Amino acid sequence: MTSGNVADPRAARVREITEARRGLRGPLLPVLHAVNDELGHIEQSDVAVVADVLNLAVAEVHGVVTFYEDFRTEPAGRSTVRICRAEACQAVGSEALADHARGALGVGFGETTDDGRVTLDEVFCLGNCALGPSVQVDGVLRGRVTPARLDAILGDL
Amino acid sequence: MTTRVFVPRDSAARSVGADEVAERITAVAAARGLDVEIVRTGSRGMLWLEPLVEVETARGRVGYGPVEPEQVDGLVGEGMLEGAAPGLGPVEDLDWLRRQQRLTFARVGVVDPRSADDYERHGGIAGLRAALAMGPEAVVDAVVDSGLRGRGGAGFPTGIKWRTVAGAEADVKFVCCNADEGDSGTYADRMLMEGDPFTLLEGMTIAAYATGATEGFVYLRSEYPDAVVAMEAAIEAARARGWLGEHVLGSDLSFDVQVRVGAGAYICGEETAMLESLEGKRGQVRAKPPIPALEGLFGRPTVVNNVITLATVPWVLAHGAEAYAERGVGRSRGTSVFQLAGNVKQGGIVETGFGVTLGELVEGFGGGTASGRPVRAVQVGGPLGAYLPVSRFDVVVGYEEMAAVGAMVGHGGVVVFDDTVDMSRMARFAMEFCAEESCGKCTPCRVGSVRGVEVIDRIRAGQDRDANLALLDDLCELMADGSLCAMGGLTPMPVRSAVEHFGEDFR
Repeated sequence: MTSGNVADPRAARVREITEARRGLRGPLLPVLHAVNDELGHIEQSDVAVVADVLNLAVAEVHGVVTFYEDFRTEPAGRSTVRICRAEACQAVGSEALADHARGALGVGFGETTDDGRVTLDEVFCLGNCALGPSVQVDGVLRGRVTPARLDAILGDL
Repeated sequence: MTTRVFVPRDSAARSVGADEVAERITAVAAARGLDVEIVRTGSRGMLWLEPLVEVETARGRVGYGPVEPEQVDGLVGEGMLEGAAPGLGPVEDLDWLRRQQRLTFARVGVVDPRSADDYERHGGIAGLRAALAMGPEAVVDAVVDSGLRGRGGAGFPTGIKWRTVAGAEADVKFVCCNADEGDSGTYADRMLMEGDPFTLLEGMTIAAYATGATEGFVYLRSEYPDAVVAMEAAIEAARARGWLGEHVLGSDLSFDVQVRVGAGAYICGEETAMLESLEGKRGQVRAKPPIPALEGLFGRPTVVNNVITLATVPWVLAHGAEAYAERGVGRSRGTSVFQLAGNVKQGGIVETGFGVTLGELVEGFGGGTASGRPVRAVQVGGPLGAYLPVSRFDVVVGYEEMAAVGAMVGHGGVVVFDDTVDMSRMARFAMEFCAEESCGKCTPCRVGSVRGVEVIDRIRAGQDRDANLALLDDLCELMADGSLCAMGGLTPMPVRSAVEHFGEDFR
């Protein structure tokens, strides 16, 4: 098994993260969140380590990683901007805002700018449905985001 | 004397500058040598007034809003911190609040959600105390008698579900709170968790006592990071107060709760997919039976209820089943927490008895559209709910009453659209959303939604419209009848209602 190679600091850290949560009921999602949050994304080699510690098949862990939107398999940009595309925000112009964001950043949803500055994502509902269009910037919710306000937000990143 | 000033910490209020307003008030008060204590509450739910600042005065809490950070200096100069500056007046006297019946949301926007003391001062824990004095069977009876039904959308009688779990034999039972509030246009779960998290914990604890459960989970969507923080803080405070843990309030009840964060999958709001996710699996729907009440989390008997359902239980126990059941209409008893959203002038939380008309919600409370244009369509109950035209504004909102017009209450979200909306595009979006979020387990949902997008694209392109509309209807029927859960089963509802009521957009 190369996955448990202690010489590999990433693998060692993933093992620590996983072992710390092994006692939870249904530990896999908390483990994957912790790896994703701390290391930025989940690599194929991480999957093998997690599977090893939790005594799961690699395929099973891979299946879970790829099922959920939050788990990234490659690094994101330094900032992540998520634009709500659900109905309530559409009612107040989120589609135009999404077009504006794609144009301003030159990337599509799920993509990162060439300089690694910003990852643009879509999201379906941030629970701010009376103050749309809504955008989440590095976990912080912004409401009533006009294209001009989005430009200001992007300029600050 | 210290003046208490209330500024919401609710994420919606913060999304439009509440933090900056609070900071500015602190700075201006300090510069003027005024003794001010800022209390960060939840939001009253009058979201068009956010950031809403309230100042404690002899005539009650006086409101100012929406307040921009730049306006703080001027307002303080005019006497805001004495409640003297012209503003909204006493907040409790605002017509918009007075016309409501706030039971579940009674404390949201009023109390400090981080303070267990404040919670108890405002009537918290009374429901749990009453429950512990009654015995588990009487608690189940009370919940049955209250007529409370699942507020997540399905509308199943809560007490009946609890009775099933209570009667099941197992080594361990669970209470799982479904806080995966993914429906667009709904935010009541979030606001309750951020604004009055102890109520939810109290409701879960009562559910545990009634059913014999010992472990609880709050499955909370990752899109709500502030709610996660609020719930975790409340759990810690509740443990310190003996409201969770061994011997709750000195009784024989042992019950503890942990938060589990979702990972961006809408389908995990479906109860069996949520259970799979909690177990650490892909969020794929389970076939029912077996029902979760008998074989739920890890195959054990499990109470699965929505946030609002559980958060309503303490009121029912504290005030009695009859007091709750006397509100409402038909078989929809008590209050519903409606959420006005989208293109609406006065968006926010309207908690009122079932039986209110859709028009009263949209026009009476909502004040029509934010854009000032005529209302054209309203989607009730989330992305799987029907689109209704203004001509249906006389419909009375209740579970059966909505079903009679081909719609549903769902989680109480009401999304308003003005006359610029293209309803064939919204119908297409419903199918697109289903294709995006389908768990993939059953074919009608997984494949049907993709075919649905294609058919609607052909209709929009003017290709063989009549034949394709007939095909779309067939497809909708198949999805409604053949899907494993509400995702594929109800996606036809917005599609068919759009075609039925706004057929001109498909011509």
